Amino acid sequence: MVKLNVNGASHDIDIDPATPLLYVLRNELKLNGAKFGCGLGQCGACTVMVDGKAVFSCLTPAMLVEGREIKTVEGLGTIDDPGPMQKAFIEQQAAQCGYCIAGMMMRAQALLEAKPDAADADIRQALEPNLCRCGTHMRILRAVARARDLMQGKSADTMAPIAATGRG
Amino acid sequence: MNAPNLLSDVTRRGFLAGAGALVVSFAIPAAAQESAPAAPAATEKPKLPGSLDDTPSLDAWIRIDADGSITVFTGKAELGQGTKTSLRQIAAEELEVEPASIKLITADTALTPNEGYTAGSQTIQNSGTAIRYASAQVRQILIAKASEKLGAPIEALKAQAGVIIGPNGAKASYGDLVGADFLHVNAAADTKLKPPAAYHAIGKPFARVDIPAKVTGGHAYVQDMRPPGMVHARVVRPPSYGAKLSGFADAAVKAMPGVIAVVRDGDFLAVVAEQEFQAVRAMRAMAGVAKWQEQAALPDQYDLPAFLEKSVAEVGTVTSVGADSVPGARTIEARFTRAYQMHGSIGPSSAIAMLDNGLTTVWTHTQGVYPDRKAIAQMLGVPEERVRCIHTEGSGCYGHNGADDAAADAALIAQTVPGKPVRVQWMRDQEHLWEPYGPAMLTRARATLDQSGNIVSWHYDLWSNSHGTRPGSAGSLIAGRLMARHFPPDPAKLQISPLGNGDRNAIPLYDVPNQRVNWHFVADMPLRVSSLRSLGAYCNVFSIESFMDELAQAANADPVEYRLRHLKDPRAKKVIEVAAQKFGWSKEALPEGRGRGFAFAKYKNHAAYLAVALEANVDSDSGAIKVSRVVAAVDCGEAVAPDSIINQTEGGILQSMSWTLYEEVHFDRTRILSPDWSTYPILRFSAVPDTIDVQVVDNPGAPYLGVAEAAQGPTAGAIANAFRSATGKRIHDLPFTRERVKAVLGV
Repeated sequence: MVKLNVNGASHDIDIDPATPLLYVLRNELKLNGAKFGCGLGQCGACTVMVDGKAVFSCLTPAMLVEGREIKTVEGLGTIDDPGPMQKAFIEQQAAQCGYCIAGMMMRAQALLEAKPDAADADIRQALEPNLCRCGTHMRILRAVARARDLMQGKSADTMAPIAATGRG
Repeated sequence: MNAPNLLSDVTRRGFLAGAGALVVSFAIPAAAQESAPAAPAATEKPKLPGSLDDTPSLDAWIRIDADGSITVFTGKAELGQGTKTSLRQIAAEELEVEPASIKLITADTALTPNEGYTAGSQTIQNSGTAIRYASAQVRQILIAKASEKLGAPIEALKAQAGVIIGPNGAKASYGDLVGADFLHVNAAADTKLKPPAAYHAIGKPFARVDIPAKVTGGHAYVQDMRPPGMVHARVVRPPSYGAKLSGFADAAVKAMPGVIAVVRDGDFLAVVAEQEFQAVRAMRAMAGVAKWQEQAALPDQYDLPAFLEKSVAEVGTVTSVGADSVPGARTIEARFTRAYQMHGSIGPSSAIAMLDNGLTTVWTHTQGVYPDRKAIAQMLGVPEERVRCIHTEGSGCYGHNGADDAAADAALIAQTVPGKPVRVQWMRDQEHLWEPYGPAMLTRARATLDQSGNIVSWHYDLWSNSHGTRPGSAGSLIAGRLMARHFPPDPAKLQISPLGNGDRNAIPLYDVPNQRVNWHFVADMPLRVSSLRSLGAYCNVFSIESFMDELAQAANADPVEYRLRHLKDPRAKKVIEVAAQKFGWSKEALPEGRGRGFAFAKYKNHAAYLAVALEANVDSDSGAIKVSRVVAAVDCGEAVAPDSIINQTEGGILQSMSWTLYEEVHFDRTRILSPDWSTYPILRFSAVPDTIDVQVVDNPGAPYLGVAEAAQGPTAGAIANAFRSATGKRIHDLPFTRERVKAVLGV
C-alpha cells in the first residue's frame, strides 16, 4: 500500500511500493499523460513534477514519493479549460506524434515555476534531458516561450497563433 | 479512443447496420472493381484519381446518414503527420461543410478501404485525392437528388453548409436526400472539383484535431487503452538474431506474483500478468533463466563497404540513357557510405489483442492494417476474416518499426488467454535491438565534365539491401520467425520501379545526356532491415548532392548556379531560387570554421520539390558540427494544410540532421550493441539550430505531391556541403560523428 498525492488529490493504492511511479500513475490512477519511453531516464517521456521539480517517473519507486506533491500534465488543466502551458502548445501546434510532449510540458512547467522569467536559452537548456524523434523541437521551444509569456500575463499577441480556429 | 468493440461480425455491413444507420452503406472493392465503368475493348480501363482506382465505390469512402451526419473513411493512418485533420479539410471542401463536422474513420480492416501502407508520403496524394474526388461527386449526386425533390434545375442549386439551396428559399438538407445505397456507385474519372478561389477549407489554417487530447492527458494512443479485464504481457527476446533456446526452467517464474501465463512457442517467449510491473519483473526473471545458443553471423561493422561489395546477388539497371562513355575535359569520382540506422520511436512498440469467439481483434499502430492482418492470420493459421486489425495511434514510427511485430506478439499471446484483452509493450532495448533498421549503403559516383564544366556523363552505382521487408507474410514478423512453426523471412527480391526502394532518387533530376545508374542488390540481410523514412533517397540524395558540390567546385561555379544550370523543370528551379534568396545565399567569405551548404531533390523524382540552405560551424578541436540556421523551400502542389507541411518539413530536417550527425547502429559479430539512447544517441535540444524557416511554395489547383519525407536527403547533403565550405574537406561517410570529423580533418 502506498499513499500518493497526485494533482491535489490523495490516493491510497494497493500496490507493491517498489513499483515505479509511472506504472502507478498510468495503470492504477488511469492518467495517460506520463509515457513509458525507455525506463532508463534517458528520454524524458515519463517526466512529472514532484514537489515542483521535474523527475523521471519511470525510475522513481512509488514509495519514495509518498507524502509529496506529484503533478502530471492532467494537473495543468483540462481539454475544456487548458492551462497556459497547454494553451501555448495548442496555439503553436507544437506536436507531431505527440508522444514526448507531456514530458516536455512537465519539464518546462517545472522550469517556469522555479524561474518565471526564464530566457529562451534557459528553456533550451532545461529541455536537454527530453528527446523528441519527430523533430518538433522548434515548436516546442516556441510553445514554452509562449507559455512563459502567458503565465506572466502577456496575453497580447506577442506571437501570432498558427491556428485560428478552435479544436475540431 | 474507443474501448474494444466486441464485434463478432466484422463485416462492414454488419457494423453499419448495427450502428442504426438508415443507409446501409457497404463496399466490396473486388466486386466493385469488376463493375467499374466499362472500358473500350482491348484498352485499359480509365485510371481513377488516387486510391479510387483500387476502391472505386463512393460508399467505401463516404457515408451520409438521415440525420445529415457525414462519415469519411480512409485506409490511411494518423502517424503524427496531421492527416486526421487534413483529410477532413479535403472532404469538407467538396462537401461544403466545416471540417469539424465530419467524422473520420481511419484504417480498420472491418471498415475502411484497403490502401496498403501509410508510407512513402502518399496519404494526401492517394487517399486525399480519392476523398477529394469522391466528395465532389457525392455533392453532385446530392444536388441531382435535390433537383428531383425540389423540382428545380441543377444549375439553380448549390450546396452550402450541409444543405442544397434552390431558388425562392427552396432547400433540402443532405439528410433529407439520402436513400438506400445511393452512394453505392462507382467513381467517375472526370468529376469536376471546386476552383481554388472558392475554397473555404483547403489551404486554410485549421488546428489539428488530435493535439488537445495529446497535451491534456486524454486518450490518444494504443498505450492509453484500458479495456475491462485487460492483462499485461511482456516478451522475452533472444539475445541476438538466430539464437536458439536451449534451456528454460520456468517454474519459478510461474510462481511469481500476478503471473497468469508463461508462453513458450519455439523460441518465442512471453509472460502474462495481472499488473504491468508484475509482467516486467517476470520478464526479467524469465530472461535470467532462458539459456540461448548464439551464432556469430554479423558482418564487420567497421568494414561495411567490403561486406556490401562481396554480397551482391544481382545488378539491376535503374536507368541507362545515352552513351556509356563520352569524352570530356575531366572526370571526377567519389564514394559515399551510410551506416545502419534506427527508426528509434520514443515510445516502444505496443499493441492490444483479444481472442473472442474465434475472432482475434488487434489494436495496433501498424502502418498497414490489411497487410498486417494477412501476416497475423497466416501466423495464427486462421483465415484472414478471423483477424481484425484496427489502427490506433502510437508513438511516431518513421517507417516500418516494431509496430507490426508488437501486434503479432499480442495476437499470439492472446491465443493463450481467450476473452482477455492482452496489452503488450516492448521495453526500450527490445525496440532498439529488434526493429528493422534502415540498411547500410555504399554509393559510387563518376561524372565527366566538358570544357565549360557542364556534366556530359554520369555513372552512379549503389550497393544496398532491399528497403522493404514489410508484412504480408508471417515470415516478416518476429513472432512468426521465432515460433515453433517457424515461418522463414520472404526471400529478398530486387525490384526497380518508379516508386523506388534502395534506388529511390538514385537518378539525378539534373539534366545530363548520358546516364548509367545501377543497383548492386545485396540479398543477404545479416541485420534485420526494412523501410526507414525515405528509404534509399536519404543516402542517394546525400551522395548526389555532395557530388554536385564537388562538380561545381571543379567547374569553378557557385553550387546554386551550377544546380540551376543543370535543371529544366521550372518548379525545381523555383524552390532553389526561393531557398537561396530567403537564406541570403552569397559567395561572401565566412569566419573560419563556418560554412554554408545547399542541396535539392524532388522526392522520388515525382513527389515534392525541396531545396535547403543552411549554415554550420565546425569545431575542429571537438569534431562537433553545429547547424545554426536553416532555410527550406518546398513545393508539394496544392498545399492542403500549410502548417502541417511546415511542421513535417521542420521535423524532417531535424530528424535527418540527427541521422546525419550521430546515428549508427553498433554491433559485434554476434550481437547488436545499441540497446538504448546512450549507445545510440540522437539529437538533443542543445544541437537544435537557432532558426528553421520553411517556405511553402503553394500551387493552388495543382495535384498533391507527397511531402512528409522530402527533407531527409537534401538536409544530409546540405550539412555535408556546409562542412566542405567550412573546412575545405569533403566528408563521405554517414554519420558525421565527432571521431569521423576529426579523422577527416586530420586532428
